[in-house]
Amino acid sequence: MSENLIEIRGLKKNFGDLAVLKGIDMNIRKGQIVALIGASGSGKSTLLRTINQLEEATAGEIWFDGQLVNQDLPHRAREKHLNQLRREIGMVFQHFNLFPHLTAIENVTLAPTMLKLQNKSDALTSGKALLDKVGLADRIDHYPSQLSGGQKQRVAIARSLAMSPQVMLFDEVTSALDPELVGEVNRVMKQLAQEHMTMIIVTHDLRFAEDVSDHVVFLADGLVVEEGPPAQIFADPKHELTQSFLKQVF
Amino acid sequence: MGLDFSILPEYSDYFLTGTLWTLALTALSMFFSISGGILFAVLQLNRHAIIRWPTSFIAWLFMGTPLLLQLFLVYFGLVQIGIDLNAFVAGVIALSLHFAVYNSDIIRSAIVAVDSGQVEAARSLGLSNFQALRKIIVPQAVANVTPALGNMMIALLKESALVSVIGVMELTLSAQRAISDSFRPFEFYIAAAAIYYIINLGLEQAVHFAERRTARYR
Amino acid sequence: MDIQLIAKVWPFFAEAAVVTVEISVLAILLGLSIGFAAGLGSLSHNKLIRLPVRFYVSFFRGTPALIQLFLLYFGGPQVGIQLDPFEAGVIGLGVNIGAYMSESIRGAIISVDKGQTEAGRCLGLGHAQVMRKIIIPQAARLMVRPLGVNAIALIKGSAIVSTISLVELSYTAHRFISSTYKPFEMFILASVFYLLIVTVFSYGVRKVDQRVAMD
Ligand SMILES: Nc1ncnc2c1ncn2[C@@H]1O[C@H](COP(=O)(O)OP(=O)(O)O)[C@@H](O)[C@H]1O
Ligand SMILES: [Mg+2]
Repeated sequence: MSENLIEIRGLKKNFGDLAVLKGIDMNIRKGQIVALIGASGSGKSTLLRTINQLEEATAGEIWFDGQLVNQDLPHRAREKHLNQLRREIGMVFQHFNLFPHLTAIENVTLAPTMLKLQNKSDALTSGKALLDKVGLADRIDHYPSQLSGGQKQRVAIARSLAMSPQVMLFDEVTSALDPELVGEVNRVMKQLAQEHMTMIIVTHDLRFAEDVSDHVVFLADGLVVEEGPPAQIFADPKHELTQSFLKQVF
Repeated sequence: MGLDFSILPEYSDYFLTGTLWTLALTALSMFFSISGGILFAVLQLNRHAIIRWPTSFIAWLFMGTPLLLQLFLVYFGLVQIGIDLNAFVAGVIALSLHFAVYNSDIIRSAIVAVDSGQVEAARSLGLSNFQALRKIIVPQAVANVTPALGNMMIALLKESALVSVIGVMELTLSAQRAISDSFRPFEFYIAAAAIYYIINLGLEQAVHFAERRTARYR
Repeated sequence: MDIQLIAKVWPFFAEAAVVTVEISVLAILLGLSIGFAAGLGSLSHNKLIRLPVRFYVSFFRGTPALIQLFLLYFGGPQVGIQLDPFEAGVIGLGVNIGAYMSESIRGAIISVDKGQTEAGRCLGLGHAQVMRKIIIPQAARLMVRPLGVNAIALIKGSAIVSTISLVELSYTAHRFISSTYKPFEMFILASVFYLLIVTVFSYGVRKVDQRVAMD
């Protein structure tokens, strides 16, 4: 059994009076591909966004690679600590969030060059390789407005990969796409899975979840209701909430 | 010479009358600038070019030139053609004209912005053009204009200070009078600014209230 | 209409128009600098920066520019600030319009989608880096028009410096109205110059807007 890359202990998150995460415990091993499923509003996005601290946790602990993510630090130190951590945690959003004023390649090379992880020409070389990997070698100088949704999302994935993160978080990355464009993005995630990238994939596409993941976590109303290997969860769910959720969706 | 705000209360009469005149000036100009704005907007939407063009020209002229200049025109210009107004009336006319032009711009685009499907729907129900205007377009347009019109009225309050130059004894000129007696410009202009600021806050609240009230028609 | 009179006095107006342009341009530049600093400051996480900036914006937008000018020019000497009319005009107008411009800039910045900041922060970029490379370039396109509106309002608003005896367009109009008793003619003459300045300036703003919209 390889070591845990992410450990979540008793994680709670409130928005004002609204308790969204109510005590989550979760371990993610290196190279593991976790599918996070659950009804809309169950807290999947919030969980992902707390892992990289786009949202501050209300209680509990998030450990990443042996470091406590949600440390109580003074503002400046906290910013520095988070900037370091976020380099290691890639995130891809439902609505791409590509930088519209930058071309595909500029989107990909911006952070590595600004953070002086690579010089310009190295960043360009590896950026091109990444865009090639996601099938966009011929689109490197296009602006986001000149790309289809599926192409945008693949640029966004390449942009995250450019930081050589240890884990990738995907938040419903195909939900905003036309159905015929879903496959090209799923293929990229599949390829990453085969390369043993650690991933947490939030998705409503249960067939894809079953296909790509080696561990499924079912979230309902801010709690982990059931988790296990995909074969078990999808074929033989134990909890009645899981059963009714799967019945509705499949 | 250092600052001494303790003499301000001695001159409270100046501030009181000045504030009242500023309020009167502002309220009257608001009323006329909105009525005038509606009239201007309707004229500018008229079918006939002979009505549209002159109003558009006046609007263009008044939007491109300073209020101060318009104030001189009204005050001295009316005297030239034999109408000797007191300064207060001239001030109200100039402020009303100036802001009517800006208001008409806001009102006109709000009328145009009401979905033409709305008019068609009303007409298809058998309403006349005028009924459609009154029952359908106006309520929606009112909601659309309220925020921008509110900002104009807030601007009007502050611009009303300009009429002090033609001798209207409003807040700014009152402060000046108090200063020529006390020789303490800093303290008195700060005090006048504070009063304007407070009136401004009240006006902003009123505008927010109006926005909330009309928002449901949007 | 007394055409002869207009023909005789227009050079004075032309000269005054130059002063109006000078004072407006300088005040706009000052306003832009203040506006940028205050626009960013009003979004700062640091209360010690944000609160004073918000107070500045609120005070200068909440009180008449004329009062602010008088406070500076007539009240300034009491607190050791001695300015000539031109200096007071530039500073008074610039500090005033800076408050409005800061709102235009702040508005443009906050209307850039929040997802842009999140995407930047997720890559490990710091707050300032995200601002500089991601948010401001996008906000720049959105701020040209509102800043243009501010600038044109300033050009017209610059008339108030005539009240501190600065010989610009409105001062000249007032002076000739008093000496010739021909308010219509003088109004038309001054208006021509104001309209000219405003038209040229609006044209410039449109050009800049098209430029930033393109790249
Ligand atoms: N920033 C926020 N402020 C307030 N409530 C929020 C915020 N973000 C999410 N929520 C609420 O938290 C709940 C869970 O949201 P989310 O994590 O987005 O669910 P999911 O991704 O599973 O659909 C929802 O009820 C949502 O309305
Ligand atoms: Mg979600």
